[in-house]
Amino acid sequence: MSEKKTRRIWDVPDDELLHHGHTACQGCGGALSMRLALKALGENTVITIPACCWTIIAGGFPGHALKVPVFHTAFETAAIVATGIKGGLNMTGRKEVISMAWAGDGGTFDIGIQALSGAAERGEDIIYVVYDNEAYMNTGIQRSGATPVGAWTTTTPYKRPNPRPKKNLMEIMAAHRIPYAATATPAFPEDLIRKFRKAKALAGKGLRFIHILSPCPPGWKMASDYSIHVARLAVESRVFPLYEIEDGGKSYTINYWPKGIPVEDYLKIQGRFRHLFRPGGEKWLEAFKQDIEDKWNTLVQKHIATHGTTDNIPRGFYK
Amino acid sequence: MSFKKVTTGNHAVSYAVWSSRVQVISAYPITPQTQIVELLSEIVAEGQLDAIFINVESEHSAMAACIGAAATGARAFTATSAQGLALMHEMLHWAAGARLPIVLANVNRAMAPPWSVWTDQNDALAQRDTGWMQIYNESNQEVYDSVIIGYKVAEQVRLPFMTVLDAFVLSHTSEPVEILTQEEVDEFLPPREFDPKFYSIDLNDPRGYGLLTMPSDYYEFRYKVQIAHEKALEVYKREVELFAEIFGRKYGVFEEFMLDDADYVLVTSATLTSDAKYAVKKLREKGIKIGVLKMRLFRPFPFEDIRRVLGDRKKVAVIDRNIGFGHHGIFYQEIKSALYPLEKRPPVFGYIIGIGGRDVTPADIEDIVDDMLKREEMTEIIWKGVRL
Repeated sequence: MSEKKTRRIWDVPDDELLHHGHTACQGCGGALSMRLALKALGENTVITIPACCWTIIAGGFPGHALKVPVFHTAFETAAIVATGIKGGLNMTGRKEVISMAWAGDGGTFDIGIQALSGAAERGEDIIYVVYDNEAYMNTGIQRSGATPVGAWTTTTPYKRPNPRPKKNLMEIMAAHRIPYAATATPAFPEDLIRKFRKAKALAGKGLRFIHILSPCPPGWKMASDYSIHVARLAVESRVFPLYEIEDGGKSYTINYWPKGIPVEDYLKIQGRFRHLFRPGGEKWLEAFKQDIEDKWNTLVQKHIATHGTTDNIPRGFYK
Repeated sequence: MSFKKVTTGNHAVSYAVWSSRVQVISAYPITPQTQIVELLSEIVAEGQLDAIFINVESEHSAMAACIGAAATGARAFTATSAQGLALMHEMLHWAAGARLPIVLANVNRAMAPPWSVWTDQNDALAQRDTGWMQIYNESNQEVYDSVIIGYKVAEQVRLPFMTVLDAFVLSHTSEPVEILTQEEVDEFLPPREFDPKFYSIDLNDPRGYGLLTMPSDYYEFRYKVQIAHEKALEVYKREVELFAEIFGRKYGVFEEFMLDDADYVLVTSATLTSDAKYAVKKLREKGIKIGVLKMRLFRPFPFEDIRRVLGDRKKVAVIDRNIGFGHHGIFYQEIKSALYPLEKRPPVFGYIIGIGGRDVTPADIEDIVDDMLKREEMTEIIWKGVRL
């Protein structure tokens, strides 16, 4: 075992638990997020991966691109297989090992929500991560419950785009009174790592949930070098605020006050929203903006209910 | 010392799980299985069994939890019936494909619709091709012993094991069962220990399990499951011998009842065997040379043994409490295919009976024998007692 080296200023371990040779697309937010998450969790981690892009990214037989064990499982079972693994680890003398479920938005918002809800409600001792690229990307960009209103996918074509707002999964998880729920993106790596460290430190307290917005260049129809940029715009435009819900769903903390740039800046660089800026697209643009505004206002109210003010929210440079 | 306890089939399963030192139990309620896990939850809560009990939100998750636990090398158990088993179907494939030695108790219950909670075998037999071993039980003692033998075999061949008992006729009916002491069971089935050679999840040797596999390799994985089943037949025979040596109860791949000089054979499974045995005794008094072959091991299927025992009989009647729609009774299909390679083989008659828990009596069995004796031509499907 190599001795852990850490950067003096950023406090992020140099050790890489994701090998080169994985098979993610260029600019995959899911691959980058995994790399960062494992820097926080360390090698004493077992990952459960249901059907999702990561089924492929981790490598085909006999390759394996991660330096931690991965159990691949069926689409709807990430939370419960991770629970079973945790139980097995505990019963075989390995209580200190973290069991993490790592699933896409389809496997979380849709087909996997039953097992996730059960595990959350029972307080299973696992970390559950959704890397959310807002559609079934591995099967070729079909809409999921995480697809935003107005978005194009291969099953919600331009003439009939996704009709309803994205499911608010963070609120669903908060309603389960879990100890920790947080949003993160790879555009804010230290924020992401801090959140995984927090989730790790809460071992034994129940299910910890992390919702990562994970840009997908092929699915979002944008250049692969836009991934970090678009994730940053999602945060700065309040499309995807960075926040944490703690104390069993009771306390809300916005981690960073977005600059409040126009939502259009986020949308216009993605081909999946192109039709919002063409004739007839206004109503979808309006619906998208209304959803974002409603969710942001509610979130700010919950932050105020917890902290009494928004003055404590960091503004300016945040990473 | 072991002791006799008057107990139901369901509780016999619970006691056997306790005896087997299972480490992770995961279950979801369904009639008529529920008592199995009710008692287990008490046994775990009392600290009598050092195990984790996961109260999952579906049978699909019950099997998935067992899969996760077994993947780490822990001994895992669940129980279900009918709709629950059907819901697990996807994960039954996963358990076998991942080569995990899980034991599942299925209390046979008819599939809906229409709703029924009573016994027939379609739920379990519909899982025939998932890669699970399957054994069918006639008594609560068999039920108890089969769980312990199941783990012993499963862990050697790395295949999951399903033990099957009839709804109510066994599950809710009390019989005397010899419960073994922990020391006795430990001698036959030692507590599960983490062993890297089983390719359980090992932090010191991080691997990917169940990776995407190209056609160039997938084929061999399936071949190996088949080879494991073939090996399982040998392992099962060896383990029941050992079990008989230690505990005095002898189980084969099937049970032969009054077969030595029998011209005619009734092939049965599960509890209606008791009715068949009773009927056969009476028929013997009338001078009819008849016996019973009670099927126990359904997967792996004991082809050779079937040929040896049935090959030169005059007539065989297979009694199925199940129906392979569009085909015949499922045991009937299997028995017939086992006999096919023989140059000289007896005619085989297929009887369907007792579907959805309709009572099967010794008189019904006598009727079947009368009918078989009269028939000249081999008949593939006869619905006994169906109202038209």
